[in-house]
Amino acid sequence: MFALPFVRNALLAGSLIAVASGLLGYFIVLRAQVFAGDALSHVAFTGALAAAAAGVDLRIGLFAATVLMALLFAALGERARADDVTIGVVFAWILGLGVLFLDLFNASSSGGSGIVGARALFGSIFGLSIGEATLAAAIAVVVIAAILAIARPLLFVSLDPAVAIARGVPARLLGTVFLVLVGADAAEATQAVGALLLLGLLAAPAGTAHRLTANPYLGMALSAGVALASVWIGIALSYRIAALPPSSAIVLVAGGFYLAALAAPSRPVAGVLRWMR
Amino acid sequence: MNPAFSANPLTDLSRLLQYPFMVNALQAGTIVAVIAALVGWFVVLRRESFICHTLSVMSFPGASGAALAGLPLASGYFVFAVGGALAIAFGSRVGGRRSATQESAVVGTVGAVALALGFLFLSLYGGILESVETLLFGSFLGITRGQVETLLIVSLLAGLVLAGVGRPLFYASVDERTARADGVPVRALSVVFLVLLGLAVAAIAQIVGVLLTFALLVAPAATAQLLTVRLRLSLALAVAIAVVETWAALTLSYFTNVALGFAITTIALVLYGCARAIRELRR
Repeated sequence: MFALPFVRNALLAGSLIAVASGLLGYFIVLRAQVFAGDALSHVAFTGALAAAAAGVDLRIGLFAATVLMALLFAALGERARADDVTIGVVFAWILGLGVLFLDLFNASSSGGSGIVGARALFGSIFGLSIGEATLAAAIAVVVIAAILAIARPLLFVSLDPAVAIARGVPARLLGTVFLVLVGADAAEATQAVGALLLLGLLAAPAGTAHRLTANPYLGMALSAGVALASVWIGIALSYRIAALPPSSAIVLVAGGFYLAALAAPSRPVAGVLRWMR
Repeated sequence: MNPAFSANPLTDLSRLLQYPFMVNALQAGTIVAVIAALVGWFVVLRRESFICHTLSVMSFPGASGAALAGLPLASGYFVFAVGGALAIAFGSRVGGRRSATQESAVVGTVGAVALALGFLFLSLYGGILESVETLLFGSFLGITRGQVETLLIVSLLAGLVLAGVGRPLFYASVDERTARADGVPVRALSVVFLVLLGLAVAAIAQIVGVLLTFALLVAPAATAQLLTVRLRLSLALAVAIAVVETWAALTLSYFTNVALGFAITTIALVLYGCARAIRELRR
């Protein structure tokens, strides 16, 4: 299985996207901003369709759409956290815009829109070329480095905003940078797991980590680890079972991890640590 | 066929109503708008937009699962919507206290897993399920009488339940702790409301599509609640906004060929933007 180039490309891009999404997801869940993450990943769909309608490179549309929307969400809310009603209304319109672009694209080229649409919505990790996979990996590395760099102040602001602001932590700036990172991740992951399924990598591993431990650094590592494991197991499963699409496999595995964590007693890691002492 | 607006609105109206599919679309649209606004009013009050969006996403695995199993599509919509509502209701309460963190992770995961299942069903089915886009964005113009009737029944049912639990639900939504101390069954109410929301969303999504259900549920109610704090007035206003939005969008899309989803969401966004601006000015 590892001898095949398309599997290696999938593993390269998938692993790094998983780590980036796992780390970002930890903060998204901590800040209860999963809806914003979800909206950003759908925005990627509109961006892809806009690029297809305009006939430019898909990635330009993806990044332009998600980063702009991240800035908008940051601008609309208090301390760069838009409330869910605002997100909902703006986000519904963005989807409507996606329909418009779909129509335009259908009019300009006969056929093929279903493929672009389906690919943007659900991704095709086995369809990445070596160039695309390397680029995806490189962008994921930048996102990982950035989130690790702001992890400490972001944690402070997320856990206790009032005290953090009093201590001079730039809450608004951090919130904006964070959303832009989520946007970049959404644009990147759209090609691998698809706009609609990225949410699985953002929410499920992080939810698992939050359920298992209250220690933030352990939680971040756990979240990234669960995301990574989901991608690997998912890719292996869909390689074995031809009918199982890779995006579905990855998200279902991640969902399985979360289900197991919900069934487990709360904070088992702390329990084990206490027992060992 | 792409008629332009004429100078006389009555001529336009009679041209609009000469096709049965337009009449069906207008009737279905009106029912959808009324029930969406009523249920959506509580969604906005309870800050459950994300859950509402996730439940509308449930129709995707619902439709593709039903197609795979050879059942009527509507049954799949309802089964998955109610299943999703229950999963969210119980998943976010695991471990006792309700926490925003866990709730948002659970809702997100339920949504993602639903989409993953939908995609799996679709690829098992072999792909010829209308098209994915129709499923996601709906097709107002292909509505049958049967669909209008199902919609009417579900909406009446949802309306009745809402009328029954409306008062305590409002109390529990506005001030959960006091309501609980007063003996209101807060948890049971929240489960009932989520199931109701699932049913309503499933009915609506069959008409306007999975992704745009949201525009009709949340936007009119949010606009109305920005404009007035008086309960009955804002409820009535939400219904009025939703109905007008739907009619305007259907008319616009009939006469100009603009995609319906784009028309509805644009009108919704503009009205919401105006309401926000008005509120800023009042301050």
